[in-house]
Amino acid sequence: MSDAPVMPIESGTPDSFQYMHPTLRKNYGQWAYHDRPRPGVLHHVSKFGDEIWTVKSASPRQLDIITLREICDIADEFCKGYLRFTMRGNIEYMVTDESLLEPLIKRLNDAGYPIGGTGNSVTMISHTQGWLHCDIPGTDASGVVKSLMDELIDEFVVEEMPNRVHITTSCCQINCGGQGDIAINIQHTKPPKINHDLVGNACERPSVVARCPVAAIRPAVVNGKPTLEVDEKKCICCGACFPPCPPMQINDPEHSKLAVWVGGKHSNARSKPMFHKLVAAGLPNNAPRWPEVAEVVKKILQAYKENANDYERMGEWVERIGWQRFFDLTGLPFTKYHIDNWRGSRNSLNQSAHIRF
Amino acid sequence: MAIDKHDTPMIDQLVPGPWPSFIKGIQRLRDEHPSERINGMANDLLGQLETSYETRKGYWKGGTISIFGYGGGIIPRFTELKNEDGESRFPEAQEFHTMRIQPPGGFHYTTDVLRTIIDLDEKYGSGMICMHGQTGNLMLVGMDSDAIQPLFDEMNAIGWDLGGAGPCVRTGMSCVGAARCEHSNADEMKINRVLLNNFQDDMHRPALPYKFKFKVSGCANDCTNSIQRADMAIIGTWRDDMKVDQDEVKAYVEKKGRKYVIDNVISRCPTNSLSLNDDDTLEVNNKDCVRCMHCINVMTKALSAGDDKGVTILIGGKRTLKIGDLFGTVLIPFMRLDTDEDYEKLVELAEECIDFFAENALEHERTGEMIERIGLANFLEGIGVEIDPHMINHPRTSSYVRMDGWDEEAAKWKESKAAG
Repeated sequence: MSDAPVMPIESGTPDSFQYMHPTLRKNYGQWAYHDRPRPGVLHHVSKFGDEIWTVKSASPRQLDIITLREICDIADEFCKGYLRFTMRGNIEYMVTDESLLEPLIKRLNDAGYPIGGTGNSVTMISHTQGWLHCDIPGTDASGVVKSLMDELIDEFVVEEMPNRVHITTSCCQINCGGQGDIAINIQHTKPPKINHDLVGNACERPSVVARCPVAAIRPAVVNGKPTLEVDEKKCICCGACFPPCPPMQINDPEHSKLAVWVGGKHSNARSKPMFHKLVAAGLPNNAPRWPEVAEVVKKILQAYKENANDYERMGEWVERIGWQRFFDLTGLPFTKYHIDNWRGSRNSLNQSAHIRF
Repeated sequence: MAIDKHDTPMIDQLVPGPWPSFIKGIQRLRDEHPSERINGMANDLLGQLETSYETRKGYWKGGTISIFGYGGGIIPRFTELKNEDGESRFPEAQEFHTMRIQPPGGFHYTTDVLRTIIDLDEKYGSGMICMHGQTGNLMLVGMDSDAIQPLFDEMNAIGWDLGGAGPCVRTGMSCVGAARCEHSNADEMKINRVLLNNFQDDMHRPALPYKFKFKVSGCANDCTNSIQRADMAIIGTWRDDMKVDQDEVKAYVEKKGRKYVIDNVISRCPTNSLSLNDDDTLEVNNKDCVRCMHCINVMTKALSAGDDKGVTILIGGKRTLKIGDLFGTVLIPFMRLDTDEDYEKLVELAEECIDFFAENALEHERTGEMIERIGLANFLEGIGVEIDPHMINHPRTSSYVRMDGWDEEAAKWKESKAAG
């Protein structure tokens, strides 16, 4: 007999204070205000008069340990060995001595890390795992982000948008990337291809039937084997059956397309939070650089930058100018697919005589 | 020993450019790391990823692996890329599991603690670490089945615990909050930790109908995106009047001009609660203010939240699967979180919600979908929370409802109003 296994210590979420920068610990809950001396830098002042400057840097988020050690070296050199990560995967380096700011920024730039993502910038794209690690991805995630942020870098390092722009990507229609001012998500266009030899053994058929949002899946027998079949007229090609039943392959190199959505907003500032809305679809899943997606995203950003008023988020801007003008300004086609037909969709129709001419 | 590098022309195109490259990072593990094991894993990971880029398909399949004593927390990944004889085409990355680790709230780290994690990942894993996943986990990406238990044991011994995966309470998230933000109305780190650490059993042993997520934001800017992503969103707010430093208001108007202030602050208030006086001071109708944060965001030096702080709690936010996206909706308009008793109340509320969810949701149904199916009033009755007009945008517009209990319900309302 080997040694008895050790039961885990269910310590859960660790206490943040042991890892927190001493100036943050000292001024916890006592911050007075902040400003932004330049793009990529936040300056916070506490009620006790303490000051801290935060430099926000880009990150690939999927970090190799050689790079992560170099990031630790920079934090050791300038930040007394403290750093933090943001919700969107940026890295924040904090200094209490203003004279360290420029050397820190230079050090980061020299090491290949752009500084930005603050205020009214296009910040880091929040994303999923993609081909690198997901079991159901229609596309990559980190690669899409890398190629898009290369294209949008000029807007990451300045604060020249009307308000902040949060972009998200998702490699399937579950949309783990979340809501964004612009969301770039996989949109399947064909029903799953079913391997009837494997379904019976690989899938718990009743759960798969229950998973379908439109009740298009039913049990069947093919070649004497128990399997599932899909009513392709009902199927909305969402891919919800694929995770619980991998023989129902939804991903397709040609027919899994990318769609672009705009106007999602999680903040409650001014307007209530909003979901993003479909604006473009049918874009090819064109790895490794997805140029067609970048073109649409840049078109939307340009129209927003040129036409929105200060502090209008993407969705608020479109609410003011109307969708007619959004499609005019961006040159994107408006199709029957933009008109929602899901439950509650009547609320998305124009139930008024309000028309902009 | 020099390794036979896979030819990766497609993903090589993701190396150049101004944004830091994750492909370059994996190549560094292949080319620069002293461990042959890590070189080999990185090489085969690149080989598999290149195959995905060429064919535009994913090649990982899941499975069931955990560590002794737990049921979840590991995301198993086995390659599907096999030769005709069944051998893996990329054998050194054929098992590439992820270990989800619960991070500290606010994602604060010392380099010392990060280096201990790096050292352990180097000893057992692939050398890839994701900081952080969308739910908030610190993820050690890529390890063999055999590495999982020893890596966890060593991580666990220095204070780290597995995160959630599967139908369970998931790892949570809090914004930077009170640590470095003047907008903070709550002790986000404490709320996050108190809630999560009360539900570790439900996190480690997946037995719920589906996932349940907590997220904590210190104000209505909701930096953790809790209303759209969390089954239970806890958002800092205040009840008394917001604070106005009139000298700073005047200084701001002086600096930016009246037109700018009127266009970007006064008229952007969603409830028209602001008015700029003739002497460039600010008048606030605090009764109508909805604590949206806009004016405070813009004039951070002049305006700030009041002193009577607490949280608003929303229930049922989620992403697309299965019935479509749902926002969280108000469950508790205001709850103070000062004393231990306050925190106990919060934990009890979360317990009620999760117990009700466990007993009443269908398989693979999120809390928001369950509420959509049974109606908010039934859910509230189930968890023992009183109805409140703050919970709705407007009363029902459809007359198709049976209301023969009206008199009793109206009496209940009068009674609760009389009781204050």
